[in-house]
Amino acid sequence: MNIMLKRLAGLACLGAFFLLQGCERPPIETVQRGYRGVAMGEVYNPRRVADQAANNAIPDVAPALPGPGPKASTVYKNLKVLGDTDSAEFVGIMAAMTAWVAPSQGCTYCHDAANFASDGLYTKVVARRMLQMTQHLNQDWKSHVAGTGVTCYTCHRGQPVPANIWFGNDGEKHADGVLGDHAGKNEPSQIAGLSSLPFDPLSTFLDAPNEIRVVGQTALPTGNRKSIKQTEWTYALMIHMSESLGVNCTYCHNSRSFTDWDQSTPQRATAWYGIRMVRDLNGAYLDPLATTLPPNRHGPMGDGPKVDCATCHQGAYKPLYGKSMLSDFPALAAKTSTN
Amino acid sequence: MLEYQNIFTRVQVRSTTPEWGVPLGRGTWIRQVKPFYLRWLGYFGDAQIGPIYLGATGLASLIFGFIAFEIIGLNMFASVNWNPIQFARQLPWLALEPPAPANGLHLPPLNEGGWWLMAGFFLTISVILWCVRMYRRAKALGMGTHTTWAFASAIWLMLVLGFIRPVLMGTFGEAVPFGIFPHLDWVAAFSIRYGNLFYCPFHMLSIAFLYGSTLLFAMHGATILAVSRFGGERELEQIVDRGTAVERAALFWRWTMGFNATMESIHRWAWWFAVLTPLTGGIGILLTGTVVDNWFLWALKHGVAPSYPAVFGHIVDPATLPSGQP
Repeated sequence: MNIMLKRLAGLACLGAFFLLQGCERPPIETVQRGYRGVAMGEVYNPRRVADQAANNAIPDVAPALPGPGPKASTVYKNLKVLGDTDSAEFVGIMAAMTAWVAPSQGCTYCHDAANFASDGLYTKVVARRMLQMTQHLNQDWKSHVAGTGVTCYTCHRGQPVPANIWFGNDGEKHADGVLGDHAGKNEPSQIAGLSSLPFDPLSTFLDAPNEIRVVGQTALPTGNRKSIKQTEWTYALMIHMSESLGVNCTYCHNSRSFTDWDQSTPQRATAWYGIRMVRDLNGAYLDPLATTLPPNRHGPMGDGPKVDCATCHQGAYKPLYGKSMLSDFPALAAKTSTN
Repeated sequence: MLEYQNIFTRVQVRSTTPEWGVPLGRGTWIRQVKPFYLRWLGYFGDAQIGPIYLGATGLASLIFGFIAFEIIGLNMFASVNWNPIQFARQLPWLALEPPAPANGLHLPPLNEGGWWLMAGFFLTISVILWCVRMYRRAKALGMGTHTTWAFASAIWLMLVLGFIRPVLMGTFGEAVPFGIFPHLDWVAAFSIRYGNLFYCPFHMLSIAFLYGSTLLFAMHGATILAVSRFGGERELEQIVDRGTAVERAALFWRWTMGFNATMESIHRWAWWFAVLTPLTGGIGILLTGTVVDNWFLWALKHGVAPSYPAVFGHIVDPATLPSGQP
């Protein structure tokens, strides 16, 4: 009997050990945000925040400021975006882009070493379009990025392809025939926090202007026919946003009534514009680039890479904790004349 | 004499010859499986296994249940391209999904909800047959039919979720998928869509009965174990012939909370709490979407939910602004 009890105790310990593998080691800190008693708190693990801090540091790159020199277009050929900038500033931006996007590959990641003006490499064509996108975003989407704005580094972080991009996803292979339809869900959804929710809410909501709102606005039914299944798609998108920003639902919503704006936080409006911004960027910039990119840059369904919330945020409530780099690179802050 | 001094059962319930039960009336199946003993089961309950009575309803129930199980399982297996390793790894995520909402109450193609409808049909037949079997077995033993009605209460909730409410809403797309995580995600989405189910009074009742059931179970189990050294485990005799075990147990509860259930009434408490859990829950589900579209707003309207100060001020919905896009 004693041996049996010991074995059982051992098994129980082993079981408890495995059960705890999915858990996060304390401490957990909660910061109250909403009115007391409504459970609106941000939950942090200081250890994780410390790990994340290094990833959100501003890189040490020389600024590119306007000077008294000649226009870049008078010195360099084939300038379509930054022709009106000062030539020294232009060189500074090129150097910064190399440091931000292709630090180990250098200039020739985009430029033909024999002829820097050539558009022969696809990477140069993409980079030019990305410059236009950055300027458009900083000028026209202040509703989301405010004065902080973005630079190449916000997404790229020293890599030619940003760590967080996405492609259309039609799910894992399932049997052909009359069995096994997954209805766009029911497999571990990387986008939706490994739940069984829809695995590609991004194509639905961030590449197309589909309706996100599902909750009824009246106590009694008055014709809202939004379904529970639709709600699952919205839910998947919301988990993506939560994971991308490293925040919980209550960063934007009061969970007693997700739909009610008056109980929400100001961040919800910022996020609302963010969704429209990402749709705009994907539709106007990323999707058309698919034909420019070689097949090895395409996703499994043949589409090009696209942006979502994580592309910039990378787990932080504000990318780079809200530190602006634009003052050092004013040419990126607004569309330039030759744009 | 052995005493229950341990939270584990130390007494092996065995007889010198296996117990066959009361004589059966005419027209019933004979009992199958010659009784035998299992020491390990004896640690948890009676060590005697069998005789088992399957009967026509039991057999039919198992067959229909097996069909439903196979439809669900094979669809899950096909959804991972018949890969057994992925089937095992992803099993909690896999599901058989109901038809799309736009399909309404029409018969959908097999792979677009048709299998779901069939699985639901066979599963419903199966549980109803099992319920009939419980009724008939209870009658055959001259028992009351309390177990049957308790089970029927669970079937009520299942049918509300999977059939009655979807029919009232006009689409099978409102029903629950068959799957482990998928049905949980469905529950969360259901609550979000209909404005937070926690504000539904029938959901509140159901939770109260559910948690109340566990509390009552703990109180009753603990009480009986605690007085078993005085013979308290002979509860039924003590209903009519109150001994010192009952006196002590009753006094204990009067001391601690001023009131005690009786040896008989505690079982009525437990039965009603258990039965009312799915019964009230099912009413809440049935009203959701059919009668109430947003439970939070309903609760505000009727003074159930309090309002709190807007600490962030008035937040404007950008979609209502002239510059806002859809």
